[in-house]
Amino acid sequence: MSKLLEVKDLRVSFNTYNGEVQAVRGVNFELNKGETLAIVGESGSGKSVTSKSLMQLLPAPQGFIKSGEILFEGQDITKLSNRAMQKIRGSEISMIFQDPMSSLNPTMKVGRQIMEGLIKHQGLSKTNAKNKSLELLKLVGIPNPEVRMTQYPHQFSGGMRQRVVIAIALACNPKVLIADEPTTALDVTIQAQILELMKGIQDETDSAIMFITHDLGVVANVADRVAVMYAGKIVEVGTTDDIFYNAKHPYTWGLLGSMPTLDDDEEELFAIPGSPPDMLNPPKGDAFAPRNEFALEIDKVMEPPMFKVSDTHYAATWLLHEDAPHIEPPEAVKRRMQGFSNTGSKDDKKK
Amino acid sequence: MDKNNKVPKDLLVPMERKEDESEKISGPSRTFMQDARRTFFKNIVAMISVVLMLFIGIMSIFGPGMNEHGLDDQDLSRAKMPPYVSALKNIPWLGFDGTLKGKYRGADVEEATQNAYARYSNNDDFIDIKVLDEGDGTKDSAVVKAKYHVYEAKDMTDEYFWLGTDTLGRDQWTRLWLGTRVSLIIALVAAVIDLFIGVVYGGVSAYYGGRVDNVMQRILEILIGIPNLVVIVLMILILKPGITSIVLALTITGWTGMARIVRGEVLKLKEQEFILAARTLGTPDRRIIGKHLIPNISGIIIINTMFTIPSAIFFEAFLSFIGLGLVPPEASLGTLVNAGFENIRLYPYLLVFPAALISIIMIAFNLIGDGLRDAFDPKMHK
Amino acid sequence: MARYLLKRVIYMLITLFIIATISFFLMKMLPGSPLSAADKLSPEQREVVMDKYNLNDPVPVQYVRYLANLAQGDLGLSFAFDNTPVSKILMDRIGPSAQLGAQALIFGTILGILFGLIAAISHNGVLDYTSTIIAVLGTSIPSFVFAGLLQKFLAVEWDLFPVALWGSFSHTILPTIALMIFPLATAARFTRTEMIEVLGSDFIETARAKGISEYGIIFKHGLRNALIPLVTVMGPMAVSLMTGTLVIEQIFAVPGIGKQFVDSVMVNDPPTIMGTTLLFAFLFVAIILIIDLLYVIIDPRIRLSGGK
Repeated sequence: MSKLLEVKDLRVSFNTYNGEVQAVRGVNFELNKGETLAIVGESGSGKSVTSKSLMQLLPAPQGFIKSGEILFEGQDITKLSNRAMQKIRGSEISMIFQDPMSSLNPTMKVGRQIMEGLIKHQGLSKTNAKNKSLELLKLVGIPNPEVRMTQYPHQFSGGMRQRVVIAIALACNPKVLIADEPTTALDVTIQAQILELMKGIQDETDSAIMFITHDLGVVANVADRVAVMYAGKIVEVGTTDDIFYNAKHPYTWGLLGSMPTLDDDEEELFAIPGSPPDMLNPPKGDAFAPRNEFALEIDKVMEPPMFKVSDTHYAATWLLHEDAPHIEPPEAVKRRMQGFSNTGSKDDKKK
Repeated sequence: MDKNNKVPKDLLVPMERKEDESEKISGPSRTFMQDARRTFFKNIVAMISVVLMLFIGIMSIFGPGMNEHGLDDQDLSRAKMPPYVSALKNIPWLGFDGTLKGKYRGADVEEATQNAYARYSNNDDFIDIKVLDEGDGTKDSAVVKAKYHVYEAKDMTDEYFWLGTDTLGRDQWTRLWLGTRVSLIIALVAAVIDLFIGVVYGGVSAYYGGRVDNVMQRILEILIGIPNLVVIVLMILILKPGITSIVLALTITGWTGMARIVRGEVLKLKEQEFILAARTLGTPDRRIIGKHLIPNISGIIIINTMFTIPSAIFFEAFLSFIGLGLVPPEASLGTLVNAGFENIRLYPYLLVFPAALISIIMIAFNLIGDGLRDAFDPKMHK
Repeated sequence: MARYLLKRVIYMLITLFIIATISFFLMKMLPGSPLSAADKLSPEQREVVMDKYNLNDPVPVQYVRYLANLAQGDLGLSFAFDNTPVSKILMDRIGPSAQLGAQALIFGTILGILFGLIAAISHNGVLDYTSTIIAVLGTSIPSFVFAGLLQKFLAVEWDLFPVALWGSFSHTILPTIALMIFPLATAARFTRTEMIEVLGSDFIETARAKGISEYGIIFKHGLRNALIPLVTVMGPMAVSLMTGTLVIEQIFAVPGIGKQFVDSVMVNDPPTIMGTTLLFAFLFVAIILIIDLLYVIIDPRIRLSGGK
């Protein structure tokens, strides 16, 4: 597998009235051709900021990339000019946003909003762009595309709008598709449809998808690999199986434990207490320590490095240190991981 | 990732916890009103405007008593005296040196000088002439600058009219502050009446809804359709000119804006859960209105009133300006500006002060209104 | 749409009818004789004139006749201005007012949008503050003060434009500037706020993510959405222009409707007062109607269903 996108030690900050908010504090990951990487975390963990910095869409002038590299096909795009970046946006890397209700221009016909990118990046004529847009609308499953082209966003339902947003993102056959919580604002039934659609599209176009979500349930369905973010850092990364069957980081345990399932109705959810730290003054040591019932004394003074679990699986917790006390995941989480592994989450469905 | 060597291994033991820190809330909690007040007090521009308005308000009360001249002390012998302030009389460019200045033209210096003398009642002993252009004999080619020492000429060097006198010899300082007082009273009274009628009408219409709302809205729609300008002028025509008529004319349609805003707000609030909850719990109407509705719409009411005041000041001035306002010797900022216009060419000081004052008042009120709007906007709270 | 329009037109007619009625009875309540403009008449002559204008009939009769004439567009004869039909006076005088109003509205709005746009783009920059200051001054300083300053400096002192009166295009410049300050300031302020809000909205991010250039973002996606709400303040803007014409025409001695209104008030001539009042009222309701319709047309989100 070849690396399409590689993020190295990315740090993103926001200048606010109260001082510098360190939203992303040294993130490393890569995205390979044709794979789906899910980035999971609570709100405020820096996952959306990470995705926006890939597109260089941080709100100027407050948000800025402090350091680090984003290599797209070997080229560091943080160094690109605004104009060069415009050529990449929408054609090489494109993005699907969270809220379909507000992410379409309310006063522009849907057709034109799709055609815009085609005309800009592929230099298509109006007629060609129109034909291509019709195809795209068909591809994302919108009935009556000829009529729908000439309508305004308010004439579409939420799910239909998200399909339009996806069509816009797919217009120029991007190599990377970033989906920032694409299903969060939708009804559960519609969510499933949109996820199916995205999977289908990936099989057809072979784009790499970076899927940002806070919902582990969604992750199990779509992702090849999962990166768990907490307080501006990736705390655990691995294949979907690694994360679901063999999670090592207490935060990931917490995420798995707070996921309601049908099988085990008698047991309590394993919740993570408290709330994420204030990124204005990120805590010393391990940011998760105050909420971590398995925290070690060392967490107060030193940040844990990424410990290797397997070739595909890494986690940043001192619990993996050879001299650390051996701690088992809480019973509830253990049972749950056992359960996932028995039913087999993703690979069975895929093959 | 092989930095493990320097890891202090003795610390690899479970952490001891004193208390549960995970639920700690950082930052003190503040109520909405505290936030609003804080935002407003931090708004420098708005605070300067408030101070300025306080100063103008105080001056409108005490200003007229600060010298011995009265509102209607007419004396033609001292008409059109320029501003004269003893402390500032040696700074010529400020214009408080008790002189009238002007440029005069003629075919030659002699003729230009004569023109200047003629203008200033031939009191050539008290006129300084400065030649600006010798001229070449053609018409109006020579220019002289004349400076007429009015107070010396009239032998009144111990009298000081700080802002000069008007065409009837009345002290402009006294009239300016009395005029301000009248303008402010009209504006405040009109604003309070608008507020009262508007809130009651809008509130009742929205709160009771249904047929009451329907009827009241139809009436309001028609009233809003009538241009206030026309109504105001017609009202003034049939009423006796005076402060009361102006207030009446301003308020007769002025409250409609407030009524519309209040109705909209109340309708919006009525649908919200906390009101529904209060109703479900059987809270009496009076209490819902007093405890839930009024606190939640007070912001928008205050803001709207803040913008009513300058618009009332403007309309009063406007009426006086087109000759429908107060009757002499009463003064308001509008009548003063109007009188200033009549003398704009020869006695510009009669226009400058009232015009500047009315502009400052309007700007200050608008800025206070802006500041309040920001203060009541949760998005602006930092 | 048709039903909405019909409803609006009916409202408009009701409003005009009420204004006509109010102004008629208010005129009847005016202190003094309606013929005060013709004071030198002997009692006999006065009777003749009163008869000629049917002023001796009972008020209800006069009222019905007035409404009947009004329905045919007859506003009666002026008592003061040489017995000229009021409608003719108004026709003669609407030209200058319409020209000034249109010039002020068009230039004021366009310049205002431009100022607001520049301010929004340079958000919190020097240009933003400059434009904000202009907007505050423009909305606050009374138009007559402004007109006075223009007249004093640009016309009297520096002799760049005619001081007053009507004739060439250069005569229209100063009154137009004085009138357009308010629309300019209002439009600038509004465009700025709306534009900043629109540029921060999600669909602008979508457009950016599509790779649209900054120019396209601002003009194709931003401006249109920012300008739609501007239509809502066009009403107050037009109204302020009408108020403005009354003073501005007075200051610059422009022979327009505004000056006519003030003049007829001064000489106390009921037919012209009523005529101009009705004209103002008509313009007012017509402008509000046009603006509402405009809003419906340019904003695709507003759907008119039934009577709402």
